[in-house]
Amino acid sequence: MNPIQIIPHAADYVRILPELVLSVFGMIIMLIDPLLDDRRSRSLSGALALVGSLVAIIATWMQSQSPGLGFWNMVRVDSFSIFFHFLIASITAIVILMSYEYMSVQEIRGGEYYGLILFGACGMMLMSSAVELVLVFIALEISSISTYVLAGFRRRAAISAESSVKYFLLGSFATGFFLYGVALMFGATGSTTIDAIGNVLRSGHIPVLAYMAIAFMFVGLGFKVAAAPFHIWTPDVYEGAPSPVVAFMSTAPKAAVFAVLLRVLFEANAPGRIWLIWVTAALSMTLGNIGALVQDNVKRLLAYSSIAHAGYLLVAFAALPENGIPAAMFYTAAYAFTNIGAFAVVSHFGGAGERRVTMEDYAGLGKRSPLLAATLTLFLLSLIGIPMTAGFFAKFYVFSAAIKANLVGLTVIGFLNSAIAAYYYLRIIVVMYMREERDDSPVAPVPFALGMALALSLFATMYLGILPGRMLDYASSSVSDLVAPAMQTMPVQGIAQVH
Amino acid sequence: MVPLSYYLILSGILFACGVTGFLIKRNIITIFMSIELMLNGVNLSFVAFAAQWHALSGQIFVFFVMVVAAAEAAVGLAIIIAVYRTRETLNVDQVNLLKL
Repeated sequence: MNPIQIIPHAADYVRILPELVLSVFGMIIMLIDPLLDDRRSRSLSGALALVGSLVAIIATWMQSQSPGLGFWNMVRVDSFSIFFHFLIASITAIVILMSYEYMSVQEIRGGEYYGLILFGACGMMLMSSAVELVLVFIALEISSISTYVLAGFRRRAAISAESSVKYFLLGSFATGFFLYGVALMFGATGSTTIDAIGNVLRSGHIPVLAYMAIAFMFVGLGFKVAAAPFHIWTPDVYEGAPSPVVAFMSTAPKAAVFAVLLRVLFEANAPGRIWLIWVTAALSMTLGNIGALVQDNVKRLLAYSSIAHAGYLLVAFAALPENGIPAAMFYTAAYAFTNIGAFAVVSHFGGAGERRVTMEDYAGLGKRSPLLAATLTLFLLSLIGIPMTAGFFAKFYVFSAAIKANLVGLTVIGFLNSAIAAYYYLRIIVVMYMREERDDSPVAPVPFALGMALALSLFATMYLGILPGRMLDYASSSVSDLVAPAMQTMPVQGIAQVH
Repeated sequence: MVPLSYYLILSGILFACGVTGFLIKRNIITIFMSIELMLNGVNLSFVAFAAQWHALSGQIFVFFVMVVAAAEAAVGLAIIIAVYRTRETLNVDQVNLLKL
């Protein structure tokens, strides 16, 4: 690192272009919001946020044309980070689309909400391209602080504030663990660059501190992705937070944290990862599914299901890099689109004050609103992992990666859990179609923006379920970015292979 | 010169105090302060390791941690006020609308 060269090049800014776009749009929204009345604040800042996330997608595409390192080895644009940038930007766009209706039904002012979504997405994107642990920490905090506030956005509702404070306390607790891990890793290797850490850990002599560091970092990140035994906060937070926010925070930050985990575990070649993952994955799958069996509140049920899905996803992390990394990336995307879709339906159906969230309320939905019920059914089938949906291939790739790595025990646990999971997802479908409704008040018609959000997530779910090849190829092409990181000779071929 | 291990043990103790406080205290503000204690433990070990490796970066990280902790405190206290307004209590045992 040359002390004279302290001014970033233009190329450096291209490496963080999507993040810059999102922050600028977020700031514009925050600036003009005070000038607008409540109704305009919702529509105009929502529209701006949507434009912002679409521009971020374009910026990601521009960025993908010039992969490489930026800001003195702080961020790296490779096909791995591009994948997560696209994923997070699409999640953000869909969540913004589904928030329009929610904000007007709940009579919440829109400005800060959309601003925070964009700032959060900015942090998440930065997490996926950061290759330096302190930058990872800062990005993690940008994303977390935004989501803490978002969780409490219905601030007059006591449960929303409570969900926010729980998320905040446990989230900061987890951050403390992650940071302690970073400090110990710095002590063990003398560096916080993932690449340099990887070199030390590959050199044969692994300091004891490094094991502790990995364990601490894993605890911190495990909290953030809601993996058991660090999952206690999830059902409470998901129940109290606004539904579009739950759709957001159960997908985008998780995707980003999984990206960090992939980088730390595979690129830095973390020691002792297999058994750490083994225990966490088995526990998450089992506790998540068993917890979901007894839930009556659909949001809580989906929260437990998200714990279980974090477990399935972690199975891929114990596999060999060449199968495990693409499987994990595919699973993240498949789960994200499916889950957002499911929460979009939950958010629309919940109505003012989110009153209709229990299983009873869903009785007879098949008759009252056939289209909405059919959409939710498809998403639930994808969560089960029925063929022709994204969930099937996601599970298929994860478990086949696990089999190839001889993780038979973990795979068996996974299969058993998928069978248990089918029960509670099917229970919702049965209630919707077979049970007589208690109140036959008509369900509000689906507005255009929400319809778009549903259509997009449905399209993604079906597309990944019918033609998964393209995305899997892309994910496979980014394996080389993680397992053979040649810091200075960053290959351009990673991107070129895709097209 | 004080050996490195002393600093590390002290930072470990600070971190452990924070974790214990987080787990056993019942007032939200106290819980929040315990988290700050954990971060201070982390900061101490960063500085100690920076001295050991003769790497200035470790000391710079402490500033980042402090700045982020301050941002977190601002948001956290706002959230705590929101809870107090709706519930009139800061005892975690009484903030229990969402069953655990």
